[in-house]
Amino acid sequence: MGATLLSSTIAVFSIKNLLFMLFGVSAGMVAGALPGLTATMSVALIVPFTFTMDPVSGMATLGAIYCGAIFGGAFSAILVNTPGTPSSIGTTFDGYPMAQQGKGEEAIFTATFASAGGGLIGTVILIFLSVPLARVALRFGPPEYFWITIFGLTIIASLASKNMLKGLAGGAFGLLISMIGIAPIGGDVRFTMGLPAFQGGVQLISVLIGFFCIPEMLRIAGNLTAQKMQAVNVEKESGVLARSFWNVFRKPFNFIRSSIIGAFVGILPGAGGNIANLVAYNEAQRASKEPETFGTGNPQGVVATEAANNATVEGGMVPLLTLGIPGAPPAAIIYGALMLQGLRPGPELFSSSAHITYAFMVSLFVANLMMFVVGILGGRSIFKIVTMIPAKILVPSIIFLTILGSYSIRNNIMDVIVMLIGGFIGYLLKELNFHPGPIVLGLILGPIAEKGLVQGYLMGLSRPNPWTIFFTRPISIVLIVIIIFSAGWPVYREFKSRLKKGDN
Amino acid sequence: MNKRLLSILLVAVFLLSIFSLNVMAEFPEKAINYIVCFNPGGESDLTARAQQKPLEEVFDTDVVIQYKIGGGGAVGWSELVQAKPDGYTVAGFNLPHIILQPLVRDNPGYDTKEIKPVFIFEATPNILAVHKDSQFETLEEFVNYAKENPGVITLGGSGSYSANHLGTLEFNQTADIKTTYIPFTGSGEAVPALLGKHVTGLMTYTTMGVRHSDEMRVLAVAAEERVPAMPDVPTFKELGYDYIEGAYRGLAAPPGTPDDVVQKLAEANLAVNEMPSFKNKLQDMGFQIINMGPEESEEFIDDRITYYEEILKEVGLL
Repeated sequence: MGATLLSSTIAVFSIKNLLFMLFGVSAGMVAGALPGLTATMSVALIVPFTFTMDPVSGMATLGAIYCGAIFGGAFSAILVNTPGTPSSIGTTFDGYPMAQQGKGEEAIFTATFASAGGGLIGTVILIFLSVPLARVALRFGPPEYFWITIFGLTIIASLASKNMLKGLAGGAFGLLISMIGIAPIGGDVRFTMGLPAFQGGVQLISVLIGFFCIPEMLRIAGNLTAQKMQAVNVEKESGVLARSFWNVFRKPFNFIRSSIIGAFVGILPGAGGNIANLVAYNEAQRASKEPETFGTGNPQGVVATEAANNATVEGGMVPLLTLGIPGAPPAAIIYGALMLQGLRPGPELFSSSAHITYAFMVSLFVANLMMFVVGILGGRSIFKIVTMIPAKILVPSIIFLTILGSYSIRNNIMDVIVMLIGGFIGYLLKELNFHPGPIVLGLILGPIAEKGLVQGYLMGLSRPNPWTIFFTRPISIVLIVIIIFSAGWPVYREFKSRLKKGDN
Repeated sequence: MNKRLLSILLVAVFLLSIFSLNVMAEFPEKAINYIVCFNPGGESDLTARAQQKPLEEVFDTDVVIQYKIGGGGAVGWSELVQAKPDGYTVAGFNLPHIILQPLVRDNPGYDTKEIKPVFIFEATPNILAVHKDSQFETLEEFVNYAKENPGVITLGGSGSYSANHLGTLEFNQTADIKTTYIPFTGSGEAVPALLGKHVTGLMTYTTMGVRHSDEMRVLAVAAEERVPAMPDVPTFKELGYDYIEGAYRGLAAPPGTPDDVVQKLAEANLAVNEMPSFKNKLQDMGFQIINMGPEESEEFIDDRITYYEEILKEVGLL
């Protein structure tokens, strides 16, 4: 492996490959920053161009785009409160408040360091631990996926710690929205109101844009005064770069924990950056000594989500390369590209085609290093541009982009309508102090929970009581214990703080 | 003045008619939109992506792939039947999907007969696969176990009311056994369930058997003849079970598309299917190359409609 790794490294470092990757990282970042153009779509768009390349260049380009796109989502999350991809949902929680406090540049640089660092840790895990980790991931069957989503729902408790009832109501609302369309199992038609276009269900990204972006844009538009023409505040400060660096690496625990969470969630097929960033955020908040500062502009929140989402990229490659099972939608496209290049994922990739496989892994490492440079330079200029444009131009332009973006997800006008209705509901809910986080969480987790529940039940049909399958498998039991702990923790914390107040 | 206006109008009408005649005569003279109704990376997308470049060569124009995903393909097909019938908007279609959806859903947004088939280019027959560590070495062992333990065997597959789903029901009937079908969303998603031993086996497509040949054992293939990519795997027919099922994929145009345009599209598809580079690539991935022109495809679809209506009635799903 050592020798192959070395020769593959040399293969990656050709001028041609580096230029392709530079293009990939930059193009991916732009696509990721535009809400609606997801990592999946940007990778799919470039696939035809890679057919004419040799396998190493082709795979390196695709990998670079994927990394860049997941990272690019942070820009719009921080600057305009719109997750550019579902992997950056959590970045809005602290990144956008930072931008409002005039620390937008610091937030972007922090995201850059965390993303690139998370990607590097993910790559190291991919290169050295692929095979054993893929075996672990296989042990997660439908019942385990069901419990994972229930664990995911406990995040609501920390997202909505100020008002649990509103958080739970939001989560339930999200779960309900996720049921629109054809049932993932059984194929029943649900809540489509007779409209064929609704058979595909409600698109997560339309809802994200509607709930996160539109209410903010309306708020900015409503507060326009002659004195305040900029949508994003700027505070001139020196040493932003150094401070951002220390945000990530002064407390390496948060950064490393989030990267590992990201990589592991990425390894599980069917769960991707959209879940990983929220889980990492939740754990960062739980581990923090000052959990109440999360959601008000704590850079550690940005570190957690961005390190986690970029580590999912490499995590998703683990089952893909070792078993031929794509861990996430963009990985499925990379799979297709591999097949059309004549490569077959599986053991062969580590024997006869090992030079290509390791070159691809090394290229992910290089792509993440490139992200440091491109992210700092690009981040600085995007920040300058957004802060220079007066809000009266910026706000309509962004609203225009959201319409384009929600249409481009799958060329369906219904997605635009859903986005606009979502924006209206989102604005109302914001006025009523509902956090959009739980709603989106319900929407993401609903289909996975449903699949896990029904498939698990069908698996258990040969038992006297089918439901026992959810409570007897070892990993399920571990997950149940974690869920009880996770759901109980905020209650315990609340109880303790009340007790303290009582003492005073 | 009026005369001049009239003559300008007449010239304009004349030019327009020439122009539109040319459109008909020289199809295609602009880019063709090829709608893919399933997720990137799946069988439909893989085929379309492999066809894209060769089709561009044949047509000497751009072929643009557009994704319209959702509802098991229904979202894309409901847009196809609304599209302008000029041959510049086409979509990949799948059997049995376009037959079963209108049968079991109130309003999928299209009717089977509205989808005008241009060509059926490939198929992925069903296979019955088990884990390579499984106790079942042959189909006989599998069937015997199923007879002794009714309802214990679970089979994963892609989707509800799909070729995998109906295939499992058909095989249950043919072999007189009882197994439980567990639907997954896509053929790729069912594979981890088998590799992790959460299901006994998979009723899946040949492509999955080729992809994961190191990890799974294919007991039989539900095709008329053995599939080139897995020559050692017997057909169900050889083993005494009259069971043939699988998914067929082709290209379709909106209703009302002129016959000569359909013919040109079909000829191009045939040309691509006969290119050795394309054919070998798909066969190596486990696809079965099929050449069915517009009329043949239509007859085939009609046959399948009657066939599926019967099956659904027999198993009590209709």
